[in-house]
Amino acid sequence: MRKRLSVVLVFVLLFSLVLSACGREDRGDFQVGMITDIGGIDDASFNATSWAGVERAENELGIQGDFLESQAQTDYAPNITQFINQGYELIVTVGFLLADDTAEFARANPDVSFAIVDFSYDPPIDNVRGLVFATDEAAFLAGYAAAAATQTGIVATFGGINIPPVSIFMVGFESGVNYYNAQHGADVQVLGWNTAENTGVFVGNFESTDDGRRVADELLSEGADIIMPVAGPVGLGSAQAVQEFGNAWIIGVDTDWTVSAPEYANVILTSVLKNMDVAVFDTIEMASNPDFQSFGGETYVGMLDNDGVGISDVAAGAISAEVRTEIEALREAIINNEIDTGWAGYIAGLN
Amino acid sequence: MHTKPSDSADSEAPLDRSEPPAPQLQEGPRPISSPSPEKRPRSRFGLRSLLLPLLAIGTALVLGALLIVLTDVTVYEAFLENPLLGVGRGFAVIGRAYGAYFVGAFGDPVQLTEALLSGNVPRILRAIYPITETLRISTPYIFAGLAVALGFQGGLFNIGAEGQYFIAGLATVFLGYSLVGVPQLLHLPLALLAGMAGGALWAAIPGYLKAKTGAHEVITTIMLNYISFRFAEYMLDVGGPMARGDGRPVSPEILPSAYLPQFFPGRIELRVNFGFFLALAAAWAVWWLLYKTTLGFEIRTVGKNPRAGRYAGINVPRSIVITMALSGALAGLSAATDILGVLRFMPNAFFSGYGFDAIALALLGKSHPVGVVLASLLFGALRAGARNMQGIARVPLDITSIIQGLIIVFIAAPEIIRQIYRLRGRLEDDGLALARDWGEG
Repeated sequence: MRKRLSVVLVFVLLFSLVLSACGREDRGDFQVGMITDIGGIDDASFNATSWAGVERAENELGIQGDFLESQAQTDYAPNITQFINQGYELIVTVGFLLADDTAEFARANPDVSFAIVDFSYDPPIDNVRGLVFATDEAAFLAGYAAAAATQTGIVATFGGINIPPVSIFMVGFESGVNYYNAQHGADVQVLGWNTAENTGVFVGNFESTDDGRRVADELLSEGADIIMPVAGPVGLGSAQAVQEFGNAWIIGVDTDWTVSAPEYANVILTSVLKNMDVAVFDTIEMASNPDFQSFGGETYVGMLDNDGVGISDVAAGAISAEVRTEIEALREAIINNEIDTGWAGYIAGLN
Repeated sequence: MHTKPSDSADSEAPLDRSEPPAPQLQEGPRPISSPSPEKRPRSRFGLRSLLLPLLAIGTALVLGALLIVLTDVTVYEAFLENPLLGVGRGFAVIGRAYGAYFVGAFGDPVQLTEALLSGNVPRILRAIYPITETLRISTPYIFAGLAVALGFQGGLFNIGAEGQYFIAGLATVFLGYSLVGVPQLLHLPLALLAGMAGGALWAAIPGYLKAKTGAHEVITTIMLNYISFRFAEYMLDVGGPMARGDGRPVSPEILPSAYLPQFFPGRIELRVNFGFFLALAAAWAVWWLLYKTTLGFEIRTVGKNPRAGRYAGINVPRSIVITMALSGALAGLSAATDILGVLRFMPNAFFSGYGFDAIALALLGKSHPVGVVLASLLFGALRAGARNMQGIARVPLDITSIIQGLIIVFIAAPEIIRQIYRLRGRLEDDGLALARDWGEG
């Protein structure tokens, strides 16, 4: 019931935002349609973050943005059709589950531009821009910070479902911890993920805060004092468990949780930022330019270098000033390709 | 439909004819097998029996309209300026939203007529797109609704249609991509049969548990749902036995020889396929089974009163297992037609919701195949229209879920509708064919 109510309230809020933008009547004639995955527009995760990019483009570029929510896999195609029939110039699909439908409609409608979050095509499709993120780079830094901040010598992570956009966080996190161990002669352990064996703890969904709480309680009772939940809103349940447990930290994902979930600010060590809004905004800016012809099948890769990924400020007092300096240096080293953050090796190991 | 219309209205005679092996049925359990009280409402499967559902739908739409107005900021703004303006604005908002709803479900009548007159094929195809999408969504709904309705007729509450959908989906997609070099005439039926068999076997488990141990099927089907979700996850997860191997948790694509033929080949947005005819055929088959065969009579007798059935010489455990298996086979077909006709692969985190909506469909259709088909078409139209309403009028999809929920509330509690519209009528007249032996086993 409360969820329904909050859904309604969020929509009221969204509508007021959208309508206040329309009220100015300076909306351009460039129309952007975003299609969410099953989580819905208010998932506090990738759908919501991607939509934030559209909203920013509405405010700054004066384009017109709309979204359609998917309730089942069979909804993707009619949602795309809806926007095509309404004459939208750019269609942004969110999530790799939409990859097949997006490709099919992109090939059938070469005049419409498409962008897809968390997927890129090989071979590329001319009118589609893939938006992917080297999240391992940022998670590496968070893993390093966690290894420095832990009191018990055990840190943990868990995921929603074992899919690349999720496991990439966990691989980077483990690499960061291992790198800290090697640099400092420490022996910090990682619970909940093992890159070499491709095994880890997964709750099986991206919705249940109860699951997040339960798994966090288990990890805490096994001695972990820092947890990075990579499962969208599931992690908010973990944050609550951590807050009640005390003397422990949570690491946010996707967005800066001190902003999106300020009630847990006192236990948030840092957040691994996956700036999908930046990527979506960048894409809209590109496609709405009057001189724009085609994406030419290019892929946008969000990295530390272009602020497509990053970490938020590490909580004060959690790590020493030296470690902060080390993290800054690591950031530069990763940008310069001097450090391996583990993803390429993991993917190679899968095949 | 190959039957004379009079047959459906008058089911008593054929029933008795098809009942030779149980002569004691005539005297003993007459009030239980009860053709007479049962015949009355069905013989009125005309305007009268449609009145309550139509009023329920209408009332739900009115309440939905109220909700649309209440969640629209422009109405408040207009209202603050001038209350009358607010009222006017409210009606404008409703008109726009429901107009988009209608066009999304059935197409724009003006566009459709113009397109037909112009004779331009692409234009016609574009104009009929909404209807094709309504029929496409209705297809799995019909199968799933029939599955639950058949269970209700047999006194069984099959909440496991969603889980049966998953198992059937796995079986279908496996045959769909693994049988290489088989002609379509063989491949397609085999893939469909795999779906039916998967659903039937999965549903037969709670049937068997109920027949042998008395374990209530509501509990066991719900629990089996979770097992099937997790099993599907295991099979399709990255690195799982049925994963495609490109780093995504999806099955390989099925081969073209397993495709259900499309009505409009080459038009990817027009997805209605022969699965829709299969669904109508299934509805006819369920009707024929229930009202024209001995087995159907047994199923319904056990559904009304298993003790009377036992007394009448019916093998009740066998009937329970068969009912569940048939119900599961129907649920399986909803997955099979979705995969072979629309999706062409099976993703992890595959979520349909059909299995749960199906309970509502069976209630709305009063567990009668014709009712289920009508209810499925309605829900298909609601879902297809909702997309256009969100796209054009920016009304959230959740409004449609609420309208669907309200329809069910009014159907399940018809007294509300009777009170509102001052209708006369007795409760038993629209008694639902629900399980009557709750908690008895």
